[in-house]
Amino acid sequence: MKRFAALIESLDSTNKTNAKVAALTHYFEKAPPEDALWAVALLSHRRPSRPITTTLMRSWAAELAQLPEWLFEESYHIVGDLAETIALLIQQEQVDTPPSLSQCIEEIIALKPKEEAEKKAYIITRWQSFNNFERFVFNKILTGGFRIGVSQKLMTRALSKAVHIDENILAHRLMGQWSPQQTTFKQLILEPNPEDQIAQPYPFFLAYALEEDFQDKNEVAQWHVEHKWDGMRAQLIIRQGKSFLWSRGEELITDKFPELDCLATALPDGTVLDGELIPCKDGQIGDFNALQKRIGRKSVSPKLIEEVPIALMLYDLLEWEGKDIRALPLSKRQNYLTTLYKNHQDANLPLLLSEVMTFSSWEEVAAERQKASQKRSEGLMLKHKDSVYAVGRKKGSWWKWKSEPKTIDAVLTYAMRGHGRRTNLYTDYTFGLWQNDELVTFAKAYSGLTDAEIKKVDQFVKKHTLERFGPVRQVKPELVFEIAFEGIAPSPRHKSGVAVRFPRILRWRHDKKIAEANSLDDLKELLP
Amino acid sequence: MPLLEFTSKGIYCAQADVFLDPWKGVDKALISHGHSDHARWGSKHYITQEQNVPIMKHRLGDIAVSGKAYGEGFYINGVQFSFHPAGHVPGSSQIRVEYQGEVWVFTGDYKIQPDGISTPFEPIKCHTFITECTFGLPVFKWEEPQKIHHNINEWWAQNKATKITSLLMGYSLGKVQRLLKHLDPSIGKIYTHGATEHMTAVLRPFLAFPPTELITRDTPKKEIEGNLVLAPPAVLGSAWVKKLGTLSTGYASGWMAFRGARRRRAVDRAFVLSDHADWSGLLSAIKATGCENVITTHGYTDLFADYLREQGWNARTEKTQYEGETLETATAE
Repeated sequence: MKRFAALIESLDSTNKTNAKVAALTHYFEKAPPEDALWAVALLSHRRPSRPITTTLMRSWAAELAQLPEWLFEESYHIVGDLAETIALLIQQEQVDTPPSLSQCIEEIIALKPKEEAEKKAYIITRWQSFNNFERFVFNKILTGGFRIGVSQKLMTRALSKAVHIDENILAHRLMGQWSPQQTTFKQLILEPNPEDQIAQPYPFFLAYALEEDFQDKNEVAQWHVEHKWDGMRAQLIIRQGKSFLWSRGEELITDKFPELDCLATALPDGTVLDGELIPCKDGQIGDFNALQKRIGRKSVSPKLIEEVPIALMLYDLLEWEGKDIRALPLSKRQNYLTTLYKNHQDANLPLLLSEVMTFSSWEEVAAERQKASQKRSEGLMLKHKDSVYAVGRKKGSWWKWKSEPKTIDAVLTYAMRGHGRRTNLYTDYTFGLWQNDELVTFAKAYSGLTDAEIKKVDQFVKKHTLERFGPVRQVKPELVFEIAFEGIAPSPRHKSGVAVRFPRILRWRHDKKIAEANSLDDLKELLP
Repeated sequence: MPLLEFTSKGIYCAQADVFLDPWKGVDKALISHGHSDHARWGSKHYITQEQNVPIMKHRLGDIAVSGKAYGEGFYINGVQFSFHPAGHVPGSSQIRVEYQGEVWVFTGDYKIQPDGISTPFEPIKCHTFITECTFGLPVFKWEEPQKIHHNINEWWAQNKATKITSLLMGYSLGKVQRLLKHLDPSIGKIYTHGATEHMTAVLRPFLAFPPTELITRDTPKKEIEGNLVLAPPAVLGSAWVKKLGTLSTGYASGWMAFRGARRRRAVDRAFVLSDHADWSGLLSAIKATGCENVITTHGYTDLFADYLREQGWNARTEKTQYEGETLETATAE
């Protein structure tokens, strides 16, 4: 634990990538393999299940710090992080030799079935025997959500330096569902057994948002254009007569889409496909909201499958005849994919092929982009015809060129303090639109302002609070912001009757008074 | 009529017709210390503790100011005033006000921990205590300053060994001198930014500090390498910083107790070192006054007053324009 806490502290105390990689590499070289494996798990968002609720943690911490619960809660709202609040409020009482990271996590796992009193005794002992930063890290392991500015890519790079295995091979080995409880550092990272790997997905290749001067610098003939389908990215693996469907979040979702089970036998063994799960009924592509109904459910009823059938829109082939073909140029992979699709086209399978378009000018591409909503896509994907299927987000060969977002002018009505690096600043905002003489909440947005603007809004909030509701402040309606969003759909669950996707602040409209903000009716006119 | 009132110009004593740390120009102002949110420009006559006189002249230019020794009582229209050590920065005072047996104390800003340069905080008995509470939340608990200073010297020595320049940042009045006082000059040379150098020069007649050298246009980059540079936090990201070579940046502030603030500040090393009282410091100071009434002026005022009421004090909050230690910039100290 000491070593791991020191690692997190050094990662936290620098914003230089090289220093972070060096600290991680050093850790992976020195730590015992069972600790290193847990570190890899935690840094890739795999954690032991939570043995106690945060409510209990709060009440025990308040009791131990001899504080009234309201003051504990206020402190928590200001600090913005429960793990940190508890770490700050409790003092180290006795200095023990702390357990190793893996021992500590084993203790946490063993805690889950125990009685509350036993859990409390254990947690308090640990709190009081750790130093401040160890206590913080311990709480983070308990509550989950290890966000410390280290991407999986960075972690993989450091691990690669420590174990001398190529970064892309490691990224592949670390994919999918695994837990240090069922595997070892050696089995997972150093010497994986191919037999155990039939479900193993490839790392997804991700696109960047198109850069401003892209068209000036690039020749249109070099680029394959596709629509950016509005669904859920997925990878389908067919090996040894079985199928495995993975989400981009590396979750195995095979069970949620039983209509794809038929592909396990219909498609040849040794095939791995990249594509988009989209709702598709009678050959008609549905919208994203329909898909959301499917994603949200734990079990899928035949009625729902009938109502919202899903198809896989194919756009890449990663493995063919049992061979990893990610290093082939895109045009080659697309040729294989087209052949595969055509060979099975008549079999009435839940498959679609994403059309690859080529254009003779960027103006034509721009015109195609205008057709996005008509084709039920979010915009376009531009892929270099010679591009390999790389690992993770890499600039240069795959770009997304999304449709212009819809926008509306709304009034700031409520604000809440942020978390992480936005601690102690009012950064989480609620926006309202006019309905008669009232402002009706329609969206919350967290991003889009510069640090300088956030500071100004923060000062406004502190000076113009009308009422406080715990961490939330109702503010005087005065500031108008232009809010951008991607999609819009009717929603009985929202007070406004409308749900918008990915709302964010586009700009602060200093020039507008609140009377000039839009109405709810204006928003509803944007409904498709 | 209360002995001290909160008006649109500042804290006012009607009986003596004087203001305490006013934020607008007045005829006669009693000043607790030299930070810009307490010692403001525009009053006709200032009275402050004697060590604060050169500080105020340095900051406010040609002003009419008279100095008093700590503990020296003086009368204005029958009201007795005196300045008492607040331990915040050199020359900082609590202001004691007594009239017809009733005693009020206004703290300005204060801390309990000795810092090696300011006259240590002295508790004063009173009926009503007007207190700051910049860090009036239980999450603030300062470590022993010796330990922080040790960490700073260790950081500098490590940087020195790898030929990296250490840029150590803090407020120009108080914090920087406190840092300087505890730097180990055997590690290397100590350079300064203009704002730091000038304020330190004002204090050198009263206080012993290690030698410093002002960075000028002619200072060669090569010479600064591996040494330590003291500067206000506003230099971060400026062109001035670029000529210092490969840097490790350090920032000393009470706010560095928050991980979010550390990350937002984006410095390599954060040192939790404040010139304000922490939670237990505030509570012990209030207890030591034996007061019945507490007025909180800046910081987490509402929460702190709520807590004090729960503990049996008659506590309330008054709005002022004092800022305490600010997190974001160095403009208001």
